Amino acid sequence: MAEEVKLIRTWSSPFALRIVWALKLKGIEFETVLEDLASKSPLLLQSNPVHKKVPVLVHNGKPVSESLVILEYIEETWKEKPLLPEDPYEKASSRFWAKFSDEKLLPSVWTVFISQGNKQEEALVPALENLQFIEEQLEGKKFFGGEKIGLLDLAIGWMADMVSVLEEVTGLKLIQEDKFPLLSAWIEIFADVPEIKESGAPREKLISKFQAIRDAYAATK
Amino acid sequence: MGGSEVILLDFWASMFGMRVRIALAEKGIEYEFKEEDLVDNRSPFLLKMNPVHKKIPVLIHNGNPVCESLIAVQYIDEVWKGKAPLLPSDPYQRAQARFWGDFIDKKVYDHGAKIWKTKGAEQEESKKGLIECLKLLEGELGDKPYFGGESFGYLDIALVPFYSWFYTYETFGKFSIEAECPTLIGWVKRCMDKESVSKSLADPHKVHDLVLILKKKHGLE
Repeated sequence: MAEEVKLIRTWSSPFALRIVWALKLKGIEFETVLEDLASKSPLLLQSNPVHKKVPVLVHNGKPVSESLVILEYIEETWKEKPLLPEDPYEKASSRFWAKFSDEKLLPSVWTVFISQGNKQEEALVPALENLQFIEEQLEGKKFFGGEKIGLLDLAIGWMADMVSVLEEVTGLKLIQEDKFPLLSAWIEIFADVPEIKESGAPREKLISKFQAIRDAYAATK
Repeated sequence: MGGSEVILLDFWASMFGMRVRIALAEKGIEYEFKEEDLVDNRSPFLLKMNPVHKKIPVLIHNGNPVCESLIAVQYIDEVWKGKAPLLPSDPYQRAQARFWGDFIDKKVYDHGAKIWKTKGAEQEESKKGLIECLKLLEGELGDKPYFGGESFGYLDIALVPFYSWFYTYETFGKFSIEAECPTLIGWVKRCMDKESVSKSLADPHKVHDLVLILKKKHGLE
C-alpha cells in the first residue's frame, strides 16, 4: 500500500520541527501542510478536534497529535534508524527528560525572554536550574542519545536555534559557554547534522517574529 | 526476573501513585510500598530519588528511580512483558492511548484541584471544565467495556484513580459526576470489579477528610 504521510505544521513551531527532523532522519517521505493559526483549516480542526494545535501527523488518513506522542508513533511504525534505546530504563529516562523539556525547561526559558527588568532576573533562577539539569544529562555523551541522535535530542532540539534567536532579540546570553560547556558543544554539533541544518526556519524571520512578541509583552506592562 | 527489587515511593491519596500500584498489581509484581508524608515534609530519600520534581510516585527498580506515573506504567509494561500487556500492540492505538493519557494529565487534574481549592466563578469554571473533559473521555470510551477495548489497559489505568477523588470534587463543587457522565461511572464500576483496581484506589471518604485538613492548613476554607 502506498504510504501517505502528511505533517500539518506552521513555519515556526518548534514542536512541529521535531517531527520534520524525525521523518527526515528515518528517510520517510512526507507532505507538509502549512497552517495559519489565525485561520485554522478544516483539516486541522478535523484532525485535532481536542486541542486544535499543530503539529498533527496524518498517516494514511489517520491523525496523531501531540509532538512527543507523534515521535513515539513514528519510532514504532518505522523501525529503521531507531531513535529510542532498547533498554527500558534508558527509554524511561529519555521520556522523562523529553517531558521535562516541554513542561519545565521551555516554559522557564520562554519566561526569561518575555520578561523585563526585575521580573527577568527572577525568571532566570528556575531557567538556569533547569538548564543545569539538562547539562548534567550530557555528561560522557556526544548527543543526548549517546553516539547518535535520539528522541531526546529531537525533544530538546528547539534549544539549538531558538535560544540563539531569543538571545539576539533580548541581548541576554542565557547559555554561557563557561557555565554550560556541554550544552554549548551539543548545540553546535546538533545544528550541524545535515537533516537538522536543512530544516530550520529562516533566522531573520524568526528574529522579527520574536522581536514582535517581546515588544507586545513589554507594551502590556 | 530473579532477585528483582521493586520499591514504590508513594502517598496513599495520590491518583498518580494509584496508577503505578494498579500496573504492578496487574503484572503480579511484589514490591515494597514506602509511604511519603506529603502533608508535612518531603523526606531526604524522596529528594534523592526525584531531585528534579521532588514528587511521588517514584518507582525504584533495582535501585534505579523511574519518575512520572505514566512513564513508570510504560516502564513496567516493557520490563514485565510476559503478562497482562497494558499498552495495545498496534502503534496507532498506542498513540491514541498516550494522547489521552497526556490529556488527562494536562486537564483533568488541574480542573479537579481547582474545584476544591477555589470558590465562586473560578470554581464554576473548573466544574464545567472537568465535566467537559470527562465527556470527551466518555466519547473516547464509546461502547467499549474498557478504554483498551476488550481488555483493561494503559488508559483505563491513567483515569480510574481519579474516581477516588470524585466524591471530594462532588461534595465541594455540589454536583454529581454520575448524573453528567453515567457511561463513565459504569466503566468505573467495571474497573472496580478488578482486584488490581479495588485494592489500589484510596477510599473516597478518606480522601475527602484529607482535603478538609489540607484546606484548613492552607487557609482555603
